[in-house]
Amino acid sequence: MNQEQAIELTDLEVSFERNARRITAFTGVSLRADAGRFVVLIGPSGCGKSTLLRAIADLLAVGAGKVHVFGKAPAQVREARRISFVFQDATLLPWRTVLENVRLPLEVGNWRQVGRPNRKPEDLIRLVGLAGREDALPHELSGGQRQRVSIARALVTNPDILLMDEPFGALDEITRDRLNDELLRIWRETRTTIVFVTHSLSEAAFLGQSVVVMGVNPGRIIEEIDLDARKPDNRIDRATTEFFTITSELRAILERAYGDTARS
Amino acid sequence: MKSATWLWPISGAASLFALWWAVIVLFEVRPFIAPNPVAVVGALWTNRSLLLSNLMPTAMEALCGFFVGNFIAVTLATIFIHSATLRRMYFPVAVIFNTIPVIALSPVLILLFGVSIASKIIIAAVICLFPTLVNMIRGFESVSASELELMRVMSASRREVFFRLRLPRSLPFLFAALRIACTTSVIGAIVSEWIGTDTGIGVLIIQATFDYRTELLYAAIVTSSALALAMFGTVALLEHVFVRWRTN
Repeated sequence: MNQEQAIELTDLEVSFERNARRITAFTGVSLRADAGRFVVLIGPSGCGKSTLLRAIADLLAVGAGKVHVFGKAPAQVREARRISFVFQDATLLPWRTVLENVRLPLEVGNWRQVGRPNRKPEDLIRLVGLAGREDALPHELSGGQRQRVSIARALVTNPDILLMDEPFGALDEITRDRLNDELLRIWRETRTTIVFVTHSLSEAAFLGQSVVVMGVNPGRIIEEIDLDARKPDNRIDRATTEFFTITSELRAILERAYGDTARS
Repeated sequence: MKSATWLWPISGAASLFALWWAVIVLFEVRPFIAPNPVAVVGALWTNRSLLLSNLMPTAMEALCGFFVGNFIAVTLATIFIHSATLRRMYFPVAVIFNTIPVIALSPVLILLFGVSIASKIIIAAVICLFPTLVNMIRGFESVSASELELMRVMSASRREVFFRLRLPRSLPFLFAALRIACTTSVIGAIVSEWIGTDTGIGVLIIQATFDYRTELLYAAIVTSSALALAMFGTVALLEHVFVRWRTN
């Protein structure tokens, strides 16, 4: 894998106007990730982790600091269709079948002008384990299946960076574990850079090559943990003590982040 | 099971007809005050050509008003969701305009357009415009934040956001509005015929009342409700064809 810098955030700040008051989502965020890395963002609600994801995707304006995605401004990267986003709810268009939903990014926007090769929607539906359900409508699928479709849709443009905002947050634990396994399998196959937001410790420990812990008041990065040495090739068995140890360490750091909230 | 679901409303209606009949027989209501149900059915048959020739102009006005009113409503809603300024300027005007009773508007339009079919179509259109306008604005805005973000990540144009997201999203709202418009456009057409015209179900209703031809009055009412029902059925059928999906 090339060691191109996929994400470079420098002293980033994002704030909102709400009820005529300025609210700082996060401040002083600096973060770097090589291309092909699996980065997990974890933190209490209100720490700005979803906002950070949206800043990378050019879904909102940043106040201060710099965002570089593959050395470019996020807007450029978005317009070049190199970014895909997976939302907390699957966000499938309910009037489109599974296949039509997966195909959507190829029909919308400037995809034809971009002229990059796409992946075959049918292959991706097979990849996410939904072969045979191509013609189903979203309401005929379970929550987990819908999220699989949304992952297939995100991959159809062959993105260089995949941003995932608590995609499995609403699913039961067993379904979530299975989808985590599959996400890693897909990541190994595609080696797409992934930034994954979660509030689940075990999900963070299982998925991330690095885990970025964020805190609140103000939203900021508390600590960045590199798990390369402890998870060779980003593989770990959930039933090992090492997995338990990593989860516990993350818990300790996260509790510090919550501790700050309790005082406020 | 299928027959049982049909049986309930039919037996409900039948019981009310029986009650109607019973009241007329028991209290010896005279036919020109209120006829019995069988007499109404009889009047429908004997006056069929009269009813049909008067139904035609009313149906024409109601249908044209339905199409014109809903078309303008959808167009206005489309403009309003794309321009906050125009919406702020003209939506309140639409709200105030809607408070004018349509029956009061009727003479005004006849003064403006004469006793023509145009004034009747306009009344039918005006009466179904507002519910559709409000529903369509709600429908176009019923897209979720993440759906809009999805479109943005794909660098979709405003046009694509409208045609691929907002318009299909608004279809259930559109059909809800059209169901309302089916009945209101018929009301508008009939009300418009109460002033200065010589054909239509509205005219027939007024004449039959003045002539104490009560069975004919009831038959005219049944005819107008059949018109609205036919429109309603068509809309329901189209909804069944076009909205096969459900929001999950």
